[in-house]
Formats: sequence, structure tokens, C-alpha cells
Amino acid sequence: MSAAAVPKLEFSQGDRVHVKDMTPPNHHRTPWYIKGRRGVVLEFIGMYVNSETRAHGDSGMPELPMYRVEFEQTHLWFDYTESPSDKLWIDLYEHWLERDE
Amino acid sequence: MPAVHDRGGWPTDDPIDREEHEWADWERQTQSLRTVLDSKGFMNVDELRRGIESIDPAEYETSTYFERWSASIETMLVEKGVLTPKEIDDRAKALRDRWGYPS
Repeated sequence: MSAAAVPKLEFSQGDRVHVKDMTPPNHHRTPWYIKGRRGVVLEFIGMYVNSETRAHGDSGMPELPMYRVEFEQTHLWFDYTESPSDKLWIDLYEHWLERDE
Repeated sequence: MPAVHDRGGWPTDDPIDREEHEWADWERQTQSLRTVLDSKGFMNVDELRRGIESIDPAEYETSTYFERWSASIETMLVEKGVLTPKEIDDRAKALRDRWGYPS
């Protein structure tokens, strides 16, 4: 994370979002089990180099907004048998998120 | 069906092996090589990951952690024109001829 100016952010704390259900051919770190799932934005955690382009010989600039998003474990795993209040926190680039009303 | 590297949540009945193991010398060298190549601007960690993700799924399954690193480093150096596959193979053969296969 750098001290670069933060642009206008698409999301803020408490926003309900879902992760885009897509599998682009380029490198990306969004795991399969989160795609298409609904969560809540916990916080904006900073601007980060775009690893999806940096993996393909690019500089990875400009940096992109990253958010920490919370998901219910019972929403991710149909056979989840631990506490129903368990959460998953995962950091996702803004362009993977879409707003839910 | 997720790609072979996209591993989280795959079903298994096997226990998770949490044992630490001793590093082999070649694993340390692989780690060091990756770091040097990054600091010299030849490849970054995201490219390392992309190279790992491009490994044939069957080979991925039978490879160890640093074998995947080694394969990715080779992929990247060939892709960037730093080395050719023949140069790598010739050098590997010369080392094997001199030292034999690792036990």
C-alpha cells in the first residue's frame, strides 16, 4: 500500500455486496468459493497494486481500492457444521464487487 | 470446477499435514533465486503465481511446493527470453553428468 491519493470509493462500511461470478483467463486471486456470494463491506483497507495485470508483465499501476468483506460461513458452505455465527473475512479489489440493494 | 491451484474448500477426508520439514538445499536455492530475480526486476511474485497456475494439472498434483516454484521460474525466464529451454536442459544434464541424481 502506498500513500497515493485515494480516489472516489465505490463502497463504504456496511454496504451489502456480492462478488462477481466470473473466471477471467488472467491471473486473479479471488477464490472460487467466494464468486457469486453475498457479503458485507467491513472497511476500505487501502490502495494496492493490481496483481492481476502485474502477473502478466505489467507494472500493476494504477493501484486499486481494496476492501475487507465479511461472509457468513453458512452461506459459503452448505454442509457447514461449526458455529452458525462464524464469518469469513477476505480482502477483495473493488472491481470484483457489485452492490446489492 | 475450480482450477487446480484454486484449492480452498476442496473436499477431503485426509488430515491436514501440519508437520514442518527440513529444507533441502535446492529448496533454499530456489527461494533465493526467486528473491534475486525479483530484486533484479526479472520476475515478480504475481508472475511466480501465474507460472504456478499454468502448470499442467496432473504435474501440479504430483509436484512439491518448491518444485512448482522451480517450474514457474523456468516458465518465466523462458517467456522473458532470459534463457531457452535448451540452455536449461543442457545445464541440468551437465550437472547430472557431473554430480549424479540427488538421492
